[in-house]
Amino acid sequence: MADADVIPIGTRGRPGRGSRTTSPSRASRLLAPRPRGPSKRAAAGAGREQTARTRPDASVPEDVDDVVEQAAAELGEEASPGGAAPDPIARALAFLRRRLTGDYEIDEIGFDAELTSSVLMPLLRPLAEKWFRIEVRGLSRVPAEGGALLVANHSGTVPMDALMTSLVLHDRAGRYLRALGADLVFTLPFVSELARKAGATLACAEDAERMLGDGELVGVWPEGFKGVGKPFAERYQLRRFGRGGFVSAAIRTGVPIVPCSIVGAEEIYPLIGDIPALARLLKVPYLPLTPLFPWLGPLGLVPLPSKWVIEFGEPIRTDAWRDGAADDPMLVLNVTDQVRETIQQTLYTLLMHRKHVFF
Amino acid sequence: MGRVVLVTGAATPLGAETARRLVDDAAVARVVAVDVVPPAADLGGARFVRADLRNPVMAELLGVEGVDTVLHLTVAEPPARAGSSRGERNVIGTMQLLAACQRAAGVRSLVLSSSTGVYGASPRDPAVFTEDTVARQLPRTGYAKDCAENEGYLRGFARRRPDVAITVLRCADLLGAGVDGPLARYLRLPVVPTVLGFDPRLQVLHPDDAAAALARATVNDLEGTYNLAGDGAVTLSQLVRRLGRPSLPVPRGVGLLGQAMRRVAGAALPADEAALLTYGRVVDTTALKERFGLAPRWSTPAAVADFGSFIGSGLLDPECVQRVERALGATVGAACAATATGPRPTGGG
Repeated sequence: MADADVIPIGTRGRPGRGSRTTSPSRASRLLAPRPRGPSKRAAAGAGREQTARTRPDASVPEDVDDVVEQAAAELGEEASPGGAAPDPIARALAFLRRRLTGDYEIDEIGFDAELTSSVLMPLLRPLAEKWFRIEVRGLSRVPAEGGALLVANHSGTVPMDALMTSLVLHDRAGRYLRALGADLVFTLPFVSELARKAGATLACAEDAERMLGDGELVGVWPEGFKGVGKPFAERYQLRRFGRGGFVSAAIRTGVPIVPCSIVGAEEIYPLIGDIPALARLLKVPYLPLTPLFPWLGPLGLVPLPSKWVIEFGEPIRTDAWRDGAADDPMLVLNVTDQVRETIQQTLYTLLMHRKHVFF
Repeated sequence: MGRVVLVTGAATPLGAETARRLVDDAAVARVVAVDVVPPAADLGGARFVRADLRNPVMAELLGVEGVDTVLHLTVAEPPARAGSSRGERNVIGTMQLLAACQRAAGVRSLVLSSSTGVYGASPRDPAVFTEDTVARQLPRTGYAKDCAENEGYLRGFARRRPDVAITVLRCADLLGAGVDGPLARYLRLPVVPTVLGFDPRLQVLHPDDAAAALARATVNDLEGTYNLAGDGAVTLSQLVRRLGRPSLPVPRGVGLLGQAMRRVAGAALPADEAALLTYGRVVDTTALKERFGLAPRWSTPAAVADFGSFIGSGLLDPECVQRVERALGATVGAACAATATGPRPTGGG
């Protein structure tokens, strides 16, 4: 399905335009100078020496034995091989006890790695694998360690794309995506609580630079609510990319910018209408009307099972620029445009090759 | 020739502890402790003067004693006196003290204990406050407002007396063994009401670290403003559970939280704490460690544990939880052993 006119632009070796290649490019090899195994899972597991904080997969599956041993030790004699409680039960009970006694760690942003890995991600996994059948391309372009800023398009009425990108990076790249969210996210009850525990924080220069400086993989969706709540007729047409604050943050901390293009999220809740008066009353940016919501009641909340493709583009290095580049508005705006163009062109290319919305 | 230090708010446990530390400090010749009520704790070798800061006698005291260093504590709960509000006692007292200091040529340095409450708490703030973060939502009530106003008057004083070295320490809420403040009383409730749908990040400061930092600021001229809090952070739900207490989430916006707290145990939770208990607040202590040269010895979780062992476990005792876990594990284990090839249960992992 070709949704839009494709305007070919020469790349001249600059960040990719939906190349569909699976092998890492030169730019990404330079950023991640370590051999990668044939499977991404194996590659994630290989980095055992890395810290658990940046490598959830490296710690979670491999330390399961330790966890079980620990849980078994805590259970005392009952856990002896004879009448042992099965491991999953012991683990679940130990997990519940830690939750009930507050025996877990959070970082100063509020990120709760244990809750994210053992509760939030497993809840999202079936949706990603069975419902949206997410296909990931260019994962090797995401730096395996160190700070990086992931910039993605935003769509789908409900910011499901941010959740799915987090899951994909958690499961397949072994990294936690630390999302930057609009202030509305932190005003809403429950949403704010979960967002903070999943590692998100307010999209502001201070927090972005703090996390990038700490070597985190930070995700930003510069279109914001204008992107999420755009009408279905304007799908895959990127909105303005903010004021380039995310580029300044990346330049200040010298981390690469990884463009990320997401196809499929636009179709999960096709936004065909809006009730601005009610939205104002409820203090939300828009109140969506989709073909199913609110006509079918709660059933209308079920997203349409579109087929998703997430493609990570060539990283843009920012560490080579001179000091003070972050305060050069011309440079910042140019890089912002470059990132936006990259994502837009990748979207067009991916759409051209897409056979069907749902398959 | 050592310093002559004037300590205000000396009747509070923190003031008394700091005064004792200063008496023992080799760089200090004499300590003059001032408060409106007699101190409950021992002040060591400090000389206690019972006076109100709003009294003109303060100006004379500074001259007579030859005070060169002033340590001014903004007190969260100054003793009640007839005909004056807390804000009046704190803020007018500070104004009078600063006016006296401005006249006293001998005063060389001034330390103000303030609160991280001056940053406020709102969903539009960055996750971590540095000293130069501008509050999006200024505190409008309570102790935090007093602190913000005191800092404002101190900035005015600094312009008029540029020769005086000024240090401002913004302290997080105190928590540890023996602490009795608004936060401590709130956490001692048998069932702790929280705001439904929000789980704020909190940082606390152990009184030992607070006293150490105040004493250090008094004897070394470390000009500037510094955040002071234990490393790390805990969420409110985590904090309450670590204290072995159940929490009761209450919907926001109907004033229920405050009402519940006031009614349940007479624990008056100041209005400015309601924002804190909704949105939370964490501060950056890099400046404290690097420029001030003090790393808090108690992290936030350690201070919480210290407070927990002081007040004892509540209804949700961790050992009790562990016993239940063991019993459940044993029961399920036995059941599964009986049905040798029992169905594989779904785990939480």
